[in-house]
Amino acid sequence: MSATRPTTSGSSRAGADATGDGRDAVDPRPSGEQERRARRAGGKPPLTDRARGERNLGLLLVAPAFLVMIGVVAYPMLLAAYDSLFSYRLTAPDQRSFVGLQNYITILSDPLWWRAFATTGYITVITVAVELVLGFALAMVMHKAITTLRPVLRTAILIPYAIITVVSAFAWFYAFDLNSGFVNQWLPFVGDDFNWFAERSSSLVVIMLSEIWKTTPFISLLLLAGLAQVPEDLQEAARVDGATFWERLRKVTLPNMKAAIMVALLFRTLDAVRIFDNVFIMTAGTNGTETLAFLAYRQTIQRQEVGLGSAISVLLFLLVVLIAVLFVKVFKVDLSRQRGE
Amino acid sequence: MSTREKVLWYVAGAAIVVYALFPVAWILSLSLKTNAGLTENQFLPSEVTWDNYRLIITGDASELFLPALRNSIGIALIATLIAVVLATLTAYAVSRLQFPGKKLLLTTALAVAIFPVISIVTPLFNIWRTIGLYDTWPGLIIPYLAVTLPLAIWTLSAFFREIPWDMEQAAQVDGATTWQAFIKVIVPLAVPGVFTTAIIAFFLAWNDFVFGISLTSTDASRPVPAALAFFTGASQFEEPTGATSAAAVIVTIPVVIIVLVFQRRIVAGLTNGAVKG
Repeated sequence: MSATRPTTSGSSRAGADATGDGRDAVDPRPSGEQERRARRAGGKPPLTDRARGERNLGLLLVAPAFLVMIGVVAYPMLLAAYDSLFSYRLTAPDQRSFVGLQNYITILSDPLWWRAFATTGYITVITVAVELVLGFALAMVMHKAITTLRPVLRTAILIPYAIITVVSAFAWFYAFDLNSGFVNQWLPFVGDDFNWFAERSSSLVVIMLSEIWKTTPFISLLLLAGLAQVPEDLQEAARVDGATFWERLRKVTLPNMKAAIMVALLFRTLDAVRIFDNVFIMTAGTNGTETLAFLAYRQTIQRQEVGLGSAISVLLFLLVVLIAVLFVKVFKVDLSRQRGE
Repeated sequence: MSTREKVLWYVAGAAIVVYALFPVAWILSLSLKTNAGLTENQFLPSEVTWDNYRLIITGDASELFLPALRNSIGIALIATLIAVVLATLTAYAVSRLQFPGKKLLLTTALAVAIFPVISIVTPLFNIWRTIGLYDTWPGLIIPYLAVTLPLAIWTLSAFFREIPWDMEQAAQVDGATTWQAFIKVIVPLAVPGVFTTAIIAFFLAWNDFVFGISLTSTDASRPVPAALAFFTGASQFEEPTGATSAAAVIVTIPVVIIVLVFQRRIVAGLTNGAVKG
């Protein structure tokens, strides 16, 4: 045993700190907790060798992930902001010229942008609202379900979550499609030859159904975890006091799950704003079903208008930031408590 | 619980199962239909055939489907592996070590997670064409890291925070070397979390469509979801419904198997990272 314990040579082995080695070199007793306490109590004591080693190791370990995230997201985003100030088509790269904010003016004064904006907003509000109600109902059933049933439900609900969005989009598309679909035969109030994809509102209905089917499980799992955190004795007390199911839901359950609901809402909203796959597969943006993400894709990849496409990307990014800030400020979602620290 | 209540719960449970599986059953049914059956507008096939599967595995559509399947598996697995290794290092540091910048790191991960990926498609398209990553495996693996890393970091941090780190010291007191203590005590506790994170990261990469259609142009790197969107029928006037459905079923099989085997862990991973944090 003594052979494995560093004695005086401990401090020179900072590299071995990766596994907490050398910890005993400074102090025979575990010192991490003491140090932390000392740091909290007395401002900034000089760093011990061990603390410095720990700090360097920590920075070293997080550096790769941090650099990748910055490199893959922040750098391209800055480049997009730069490119958005130019009139720049890939098909005519020589004619690239600085145009200032002209691209933004062009976009924001174009009805195409506002229609895509409205479509995205429409899809986001409806799907998130439906998913919240439906997801809560599913979570309640799973929460209360008989123990033998619970793993079955959990498995079933995970399948839509795990399936590729494109596959889900095809399934819903073919179900409503005139050539292959069965839905018209099953629905008494539409004719057998009703073409769902011939107009905007009915196309959007199918797009939203697919989106709702695919993403409700995520919400319901988050809400299920939230439900598990509602203190059971509070429920019991309310029940003893004669509160009805709805009263308990409103006064006990929901207030205690506010954090879980807000996080689910925020993440689903931001997710819905970038809706793309379903639209691409089902309508390819025809009949006024184009969303903002689709508009950005079409400008850049199909029309190769890098300047305009970049400007749309920046606007979409600002929109997402705005939504996140609104959630955090208005609804007081404490993300640092929910996620991470 | 009364019998009436019990029946009610079973009905509600059955409704959930039907809700979850209905579209899957439908695409499976479609994939087994004959060409004539595809236009009968019925839910179930009147006649079952394997022709659609033959078409995509050995037939005309195989040139489109098989390379895409190979790309999807390879790219998603490599992206998952890199993301999980980087996230494991990060989560270990976050949950175990004291160092400045922890908050910055977690905020960055949060910002990247809520980021609209379509926004970086335009610049990446441009950069990749300039430096030659357009239509290559790394050209997709790198953006997939942006999608998988934030989630992997949170999920793993949540798992790691629940590991009782003092146990390894206890093992050392009992005579194990530091390394032995780490390998024998901490690693077995950490592996389930790492594995769960890998599954969730794999699902994310497997699901990608935006990058798949924007940053590829040939079967050199185009993944399955993108290839599905570009399927064409035998003739211009024929919808590739059967072939698309069969391909959709094939790419769904691994997902369903993983869900069936690891449902408990996946749920723990998803909710740990998001709610408990």
